Amino acid sequence: MTVLETVELKKNFGDISALKGVNLAVRRGEIHGFIGPNGAGKTTTMRILLGLLKPTAGTATVFGRDAWKDAVEIHRQVAYVPGEVQLWPNLTGGEVLDLLARLRGPGNERLRGELLERFDLDPSRKCGTYSKGNRQKVALIAALSSGAELLILDEPTSGLDPLMEQVFQDCLQELRAQGRSVLLSSHILSEVEKVCDRVSIIRDGVIIESGTLVELRHLTSTHVAVQTKRPLEGLEQFSGVHDLQERGGVTYFSVEAEELGAVMAHLSRFEIVRLECAPPTLEDLFIRHYEGETRR
Amino acid sequence: MKRNFAGTLTLSRFFWRQERRQVVLWALAIVLLNFLVVVSYAQIYKSPAERAAMAQTMRNPAMTFMLGPGWGLDNYTIGAMVGHEMLLFAAMLAAIMNILVVQALTRSSEEDGRHELLLSLPVGSLSSLAAPLVLALMQNAGLALATGLALWVPGVESVDLAGSLLFGTAVGTTGFFFAGLTALFAQLAETSRANLILSLSVLGLLYVLRGLGDLGREWLSLATPLGLILRTQVYVANYWWPVGIMLAAAGVLWTGAFRLNWGRDLGSGYLRARAGRQRASRLLRSPFGLALRLQRSAIISWLCALLLLGASYGSVFADLEEFLAGNEFLREILPSVQGYSLTEQFLSMVIDVTAMLAVIPALLPVVRLVKEEKAGRLESLLALPVSRLNLLLGFLLLGVLVSALAMLASGLGLGLAVQAVLGEGPPLTSVLVASLAQLPGMLVMLGAAVVIVGFCPRFTVLLWAYVAYSVFAVYFGVLINLPQWAVKLSPFGWNPQLPVEPFEVQTALLLLGLAVLLCAAGAWGYVRRDLDL
Repeated sequence: MTVLETVELKKNFGDISALKGVNLAVRRGEIHGFIGPNGAGKTTTMRILLGLLKPTAGTATVFGRDAWKDAVEIHRQVAYVPGEVQLWPNLTGGEVLDLLARLRGPGNERLRGELLERFDLDPSRKCGTYSKGNRQKVALIAALSSGAELLILDEPTSGLDPLMEQVFQDCLQELRAQGRSVLLSSHILSEVEKVCDRVSIIRDGVIIESGTLVELRHLTSTHVAVQTKRPLEGLEQFSGVHDLQERGGVTYFSVEAEELGAVMAHLSRFEIVRLECAPPTLEDLFIRHYEGETRR
Repeated sequence: MKRNFAGTLTLSRFFWRQERRQVVLWALAIVLLNFLVVVSYAQIYKSPAERAAMAQTMRNPAMTFMLGPGWGLDNYTIGAMVGHEMLLFAAMLAAIMNILVVQALTRSSEEDGRHELLLSLPVGSLSSLAAPLVLALMQNAGLALATGLALWVPGVESVDLAGSLLFGTAVGTTGFFFAGLTALFAQLAETSRANLILSLSVLGLLYVLRGLGDLGREWLSLATPLGLILRTQVYVANYWWPVGIMLAAAGVLWTGAFRLNWGRDLGSGYLRARAGRQRASRLLRSPFGLALRLQRSAIISWLCALLLLGASYGSVFADLEEFLAGNEFLREILPSVQGYSLTEQFLSMVIDVTAMLAVIPALLPVVRLVKEEKAGRLESLLALPVSRLNLLLGFLLLGVLVSALAMLASGLGLGLAVQAVLGEGPPLTSVLVASLAQLPGMLVMLGAAVVIVGFCPRFTVLLWAYVAYSVFAVYFGVLINLPQWAVKLSPFGWNPQLPVEPFEVQTALLLLGLAVLLCAAGAWGYVRRDLDL
């Protein structure tokens, strides 16, 4: 059961085509990571899903309804945190929170106070005096206290300090526990890794990879550091072994998932003293695809 | 000590690079205005009799309050006229220019973190204030010289070089004084907005205090910078001593600014920002409520200004015959209709003109929507269950409301003042009705604004051009025999001129219909186009 879906979504701005066929689906109750380099089309996709931009071709649906035509109805159950939160400089944070809540409907008073405390935000200050992080907190508190079924968050932690980032991640876990759905774009891959159930990677207006982290990791290689009693040899012959090097008696290399078993069997013959395996990080995935782009 | 000012000159050049556009445009506007006034006064008021008649209309408290005491009224030469009617105005413009420039380079730059970047370089800690000082000195010296020369160049006899240079210097000195005031307030205020509001309100307050002083309390006028600068009595007595006092006062302000700057942390201010409301008021719950909250101060200021404008027009009605006798220009553009008194004719013209000014605050909420879009603040709103149509209508509704309030304010000021000076004349209700009869044309203008917002938000300047064209066509059209169709291109060309002309229901309905059509078309575009998020 998907809460939002795009099919062959295209968007042109004049001559520039920002999206060249985006196929994205978020299932009910999942936290879906949306990652990609700057200018890949993350924000554009999100804005189309919110009916802020009209797609050039393809479809974008939320809760099974057309994102552009039924925007107002959809928005009753959607909360959004823009990447660049801009607020009215002469309104206070509290006034903005009230305005945003009232335009949606009756707000959740208890949650509002609780979140203000957790995010350590002073609602009596004018938004003009807020830092980027504080403006982001206002938008986050508005979204998190809305009770919306689906949250669309565009790099919501880019201005937050590590402490606040932790608070935000706790909030996400609570949302998951309540069965709500989240589309979360991010640059901070460790954050995506920590909280997301599934991930879509976008590059140059196209989704290039989509799936659970386990599925995606399968596509890339494991980092190995090994020390053996007898001198290690013969690793070069494995086609799946890369970046082989030796420093201070320790051999470092990375190995593709398909050959991991064979390589391990090979290593054991040299009497292993120490062995460290690091799973591939999302960074590796990201860089692998990113390199693919630059090579082209 | 010297270390604290390291890099000042480099920084001033850099600041000039940032602000030169604004500085040059303001200075050009001030210089050109003065030049044009001298040229046109010399054209309009050729004979001493005409000037004496003009002087006669200046002899009333309202004029003294607005322009300052008229020292040369007994021998009202072109020079005396320019000095009396233009010096205060030009000095105020220079003050606003300096307030804007200095605030951009001090508190605003500090708030946006540009100061932080600059001060991390091998730059003295006082240089960030010394550089605006250098810039203020240069720009006001340039402004003084250019203004002085622009006045003198047309070669009008009574506008001599000595007086012109003093006029220019007085303007430049006032600018420098307010640059110092803004620099001082930049140390006190914690936000750039507070700095700007503080500086502009003090300017406004000083203007009013000077006006009250000029009405008979000489000491009060002497104690305020604007009153002091008028005591130069340019082209009449040419006193230089007020300039000296002003420069000394400006020096004190700048010194104060440096003292305070030395003792405070980057980003802090001596006046702590007041804690604002924790909760929004009950009004702030719809797009209309938001529009009202955002435009509140602007609307109140405009309504007060229009009330005053109406009142100042009204105060002229006492000696209307003399006033018009002395003003060939007004006599020519005044529609002469049989069977109506001069008072009624002039009244209809005044209402016509105020309507074209009153439309400006009415357009502001709609134009604000474009500003909101450019500032990226619509994204959060439209992601809520708020349709674009709803948003647009909220801001448009405020515009409609303001146009009615604006006409009521100016009508009230005009009507009450006419009553006060004439003791009889047209009743207040008829002035108010005549004012409100201008609404259909104003609403068409609002419709044009919605079309701009809906289709080409980048070209809001077209809207202001249309307003300017209306003023030109309706006000000056008669003078240059502008064909009737060209006047009718402006919605104000269709408005009835009550009480001289009858109110035609058909025309009014036609205008209203057009307004609705324009709004609908604009809304159609707004709902469909991509927002510039």
